[in-house]
Formats: sequence, C-alpha cells, structure tokens
Amino acid sequence: MTAPPALCVDRLSVEFRTRSGLVRALDDVTFSVRRSETIALVGESGSGKSVTAYAIMGLLDPAGRVTNGQAMFDGIDLLAASPKQLAAVRGRQISMIFQNPRTALNPIRPVGRQIADVLIRHGKVPAREAPQQAVEMLRAVGISDPGRRASAYPFEMSGGMCQRVMIAIALAAKPSLLIADEPTTGLDVTTQAVIMDLISDLATERGMATIFITHDLALASQRARRVVVMHAGHVVENAPTADLCAEPRHPYTAELIAATPDSAASLDDLAAIPGSLPDLRRTDLPPCRYSERCPRKTELCAQPLPQTAVGAEHIVACWNPLPAHVPLKLAIGAS
Amino acid sequence: MTVLLDVEHLSKFFPVGGGPNQLARLKRRLSGGAERLPKVYAVDNVSLIIKKGETVGLVGESGCGKSTLVRALTRLIDVSGGSIKLGGRELALKPARVFARDRDRARIQMVFQDAGDSINPRFTAFDAIADPLRRLRHTRGKTLKERVEVVAGQCGLPPVLLSRFPHQLSGGQRARVGIARAIATEPDLLVLDEPTAALDVSVQAVILQLLQQLRRDLGMSYLFVSHDLSLVRLLCDHVMVMYLGKIVELGPARAVFERPWHPYTQALVAAVPRFALEPQPFGRCPIGASDCKSKAPVLRRIGSRHVACHFAEEFVVQRVGPVHAAQATRQI
Repeated sequence: MTAPPALCVDRLSVEFRTRSGLVRALDDVTFSVRRSETIALVGESGSGKSVTAYAIMGLLDPAGRVTNGQAMFDGIDLLAASPKQLAAVRGRQISMIFQNPRTALNPIRPVGRQIADVLIRHGKVPAREAPQQAVEMLRAVGISDPGRRASAYPFEMSGGMCQRVMIAIALAAKPSLLIADEPTTGLDVTTQAVIMDLISDLATERGMATIFITHDLALASQRARRVVVMHAGHVVENAPTADLCAEPRHPYTAELIAATPDSAASLDDLAAIPGSLPDLRRTDLPPCRYSERCPRKTELCAQPLPQTAVGAEHIVACWNPLPAHVPLKLAIGAS
Repeated sequence: MTVLLDVEHLSKFFPVGGGPNQLARLKRRLSGGAERLPKVYAVDNVSLIIKKGETVGLVGESGCGKSTLVRALTRLIDVSGGSIKLGGRELALKPARVFARDRDRARIQMVFQDAGDSINPRFTAFDAIADPLRRLRHTRGKTLKERVEVVAGQCGLPPVLLSRFPHQLSGGQRARVGIARAIATEPDLLVLDEPTAALDVSVQAVILQLLQQLRRDLGMSYLFVSHDLSLVRLLCDHVMVMYLGKIVELGPARAVFERPWHPYTQALVAAVPRFALEPQPFGRCPIGASDCKSKAPVLRRIGSRHVACHFAEEFVVQRVGPVHAAQATRQI
C-alpha cells in the first residue's frame, strides 16, 4: 500500500460565476489516490463531488474557474496543463464514466463505432482493426451477442447495457485512472452489483486507480478502500473505509451513516440531518460550512478549518470531532 | 383487520409485433386480428390482499412489471383479466377513462416517483394540491382553501410555500407537495412509487417518517413500490417480490429479508450494498451468518478439497446447497 499516488489533488478550489453571484463550489479540496486503489467521494447532491471530477478532467463549464490548487498526475499538473497536453492525457490515461449514460452517449452513432472512435484516437489502433476490437470490448464488459449489439444505437439498449457501453468506452484506451461518476444510479441492485464487480475486476486486472463518486455510503463502504466525505465543497473526512464506518469522527459523517436506511433497526431510528447545505453564494460563509447544522459547534469553529490526523491515514476537518471508541448512536445523541 | 384491497388473478398483457405500419396492419388482419399476435405478459395472474392500515412493499428489478401492476391497480390502464376489489366494490370492469371521473377514484391515490416531473410546472403548490379536490370532490372557494391548507400542514408545508411553483421548491418540499396532493381526497389506499428515489438520504429520512406519521394519523393503507430493499424492510409490514410479471415471494417483510426462500429474492437481498463495518469476508454470500463477520474463514482442507467457509462441513454432511444449509443453521 505504499505505491506512489496516481493522482494527487491538492487544495483545489473552484468558483462559478452566476447571475446571482459567485458560487464557491469547491474550497481547498485535497485527496489522493494510489495505483490500483479505489477511493470513493461521498456526499449529498450539491456537495461538489461531480465538480471535483469535472475540474480534474478539465471539463468545467465555462462559468467555472479553478482559483487555486493542483492536480498532479504523472508529473503534470492537470489544472495548469495546456489544452493540447490535456487532450493527450484525457481519454488515454484518465477516463471517466459519466453519470447518465443515455445523455453521455452519442444518440445517433452506433455504440460499436463510438468505442472504435476512442480506440483510434487514443488506443493507437489502426482504423481497420478498430471495429473488431470494439466488439471485443463489448464482450469484455459482459454484453451478450456483442457482434450484433455493436451496430445498435443507444436508444435500442437498456439502461444497464448503456452503462456497460459507457464503461467499455472509458476503458477502451486502458487508462491508469478511472473516474466513475455515480456509475450505477438508477440501476437495479442486481445490475448495480454486476456493474460494480465489472469495474473492480477490470481495476484489479489492470492496476487502475479508481475514483468512485456516489451518494450511497453503504455502496461506497463496500467497494472502496478509502472514503472521502464531502460537504458543501469541503472534504470533511478522509479515512480508510473500515475506520470511517466503525468510527466516524466528523459529526456530518456520523449523521450520514445514521441516515442510511441499512444501518437503522427501525424507521424511528433513521436520523434526518437537520438543516440543508448552506447557500454557497453567501459572502459570509463560516470557515466550517457544516457549523450551522452541527450539534457539536463550539467557539473554535469560527477559526479556519483544521486538518486533524486522528489515526493512520484518517483526516478530519473539525475542531470538535467525535471521540473515538463511542458507539454511533451515543455519539450523536450525546451532543 | 378488514381486507381493503382484494386482487384476484389480475393479468395485463400487451400485444407485440403489431407495429403501426401498413404491412403490419395488413398481416394482423389476415392472421385474425390483434388477439392472434404474440403477447407480453407484463402482469401474469397476480393475486394479493392489502388489509386496512397495512403497508405492503412491492419490490423487483426494472422491467419485472411493478409499474404495470401499479398502473392497473390504480386503474390508470385497463386490465386484461382478473378482479380488483376495493372494500368490496369491483373496479376492474370500468374502463380507465370512465374511472378517472368515478367517485372511487378518490379512494386510490398515487404518489409518483419524481415529484419534480409529476407536478404540473405551471401549477403552484396550491393548485397542485387543490386539483384532485376540485375534480373529484367538487370543492370550491373557502372550503377548498381551508382543506388545502390543512393537508399542506399535515405534510409539513408552511402556507407561504403554497404560492410557489415547483421549480421554486426544494426536492424535499416538492416531495411533500406530491404527498399532500395524494392525500387531499382522503384516500383509503395510497400507492407510492419510489417516493424518495430522487432525494438525498438526509431528506429521505424525513419524508419516510412523514409517511409513517400520516399513516398512523389517517389510517390509510400503503402500497410501497421500491427497489431499495432496506427501505421496504423499514417501512413495510408485508412484502411482495415480483419477477417477470409474477409474484415469486410474499410474506412478512422482516422474515422475507432475513430468510428469503425464493432464489430470486435471495439474489436480490444479497445484492443490497451493506455497510462494511468490519472487513467483509463473505461479500455477497447467501449465508452471511454473524460468524462470517466476526472471524474471516481460512482456507482449510476438507477431504480432497480446500474451502474457506465456516459452514463447509455442513454442506458435506447434509449434501445440500449452501442456501438450505444456511436456513437450517439459522433455525437451530
């Protein structure tokens, strides 16, 4: 586990210009992922998970601007790279599975050709051999009758199959880093398990680093070695999965776990997180963006956010973290 | 408890291969009309009972016929066969168009999947909630206003939000409007089609608790459709598992999820992501006993093979599949 990081995101900040003011979407987001490691970015919608992915990929909306930070990958800073440098890396070494395959795939191009396009552009495959290799990719992601399916259009396929095509496209050029943005949202649990197995099999096989974005903490805990919890554009906790689930130290993580139906014994035990995400357009945002919802708020919370190491590889951005070795329910109730 | 909804041998099939073009139409006529076309049995001979005040969960993967069953039960579509009795009154025989204006319409209401998509974007929250009252109860004027405010209050919507349009409301508030609209006519049966699928877990908890509260206060029965099994486990008394148009398992929710008997239910339960509080040696194993969580099984020799499972001997002795063995051990 001492492999060098494949991607190292350091103090990434992103702003969006909107008509109603500046939205501080990301603030000092720091995390890294090692080779052949799978990490999960977890948070509610609006917490900045996807913006992080888009910023790394250089695909931010024109209204968005990276104001600070670095994303080191293979010796280059992706955030400062020229469009030409980026184009050489993107799709070839880093690729992304987008949230909604139906909108991400080209609706008027057969799926086999969409995979072949990537192979020709990034995989150094001669144009003549690309269609055949595309069929092989479809076979690799578990699509039955790939020869016939290669000539199908996205609308002719089910959601699960489109997702597999999306994965085939993302993996076509054998990337060393894969960003999977909610790859299984809207799929059935059975399909979800199959797709996740597929991604992790391919990751192990090829030594690929994976950043897995999800709002499902249970799914993340099952699939990732390390979980990065985000709230309103901040990384609030970054810890190995087992530590995070057994002993969450940030109050938000604890609430998130308590709100997940899987952990509750009855509906009354299911915790609702009070309040909502703060409006990120505000100019008077407190240093800790969770402090206004937080039951453990102290005077210290007005200080700039700390990055406290509370265990091996366990970092929590909180002045008053939950104590270790306290059962989850007590920890929340005792506030 | 008295029976509220009694469904017997309900079927819904769709003819396929007809196609709208001239040639297909000609073929259909020559082959003896639509009856001779191959059919897809979306709902195939389903019988079920929902008692008064009970919550029944309906689970299954997409394409299994959940939505068609729900649409047939709520009489949004016509059925191909069978009977639907609500409190003794037969609903299956009326055409869906007629039923839309029927007085029984008010007794079955539905909360749709994504409130953002299912509320008319040109209706304010007030109009959305008032619509079924106007159409089905013919409520007008001051009574209407009072009733809408009462219902909104029950669903936790402050009156100031009633003049807003859906896009001006948050996801949780929209979900509340969807629920308020459904309970406005005081239905006996509320059909909830993945009411929290579009919500974050933090908001989901609040909405589920609201639903629980409303059921206690108003004494409605719920049919709760979801593919999130952990929600169904928390919310429902009974659960039906549907696969390819048929009900494959039906029983008390806790029992079904703790000890699924049908192989499909077993696969479904095994696929649900769970918190990895400890390293999980068993992953998606159908047995998944508590022993497997506390200590990781080591690869050990049994006869001519090596097996890393605490229960390996039992399979050898009993000569049964792992699933049966798991049930046997749990019953002990």
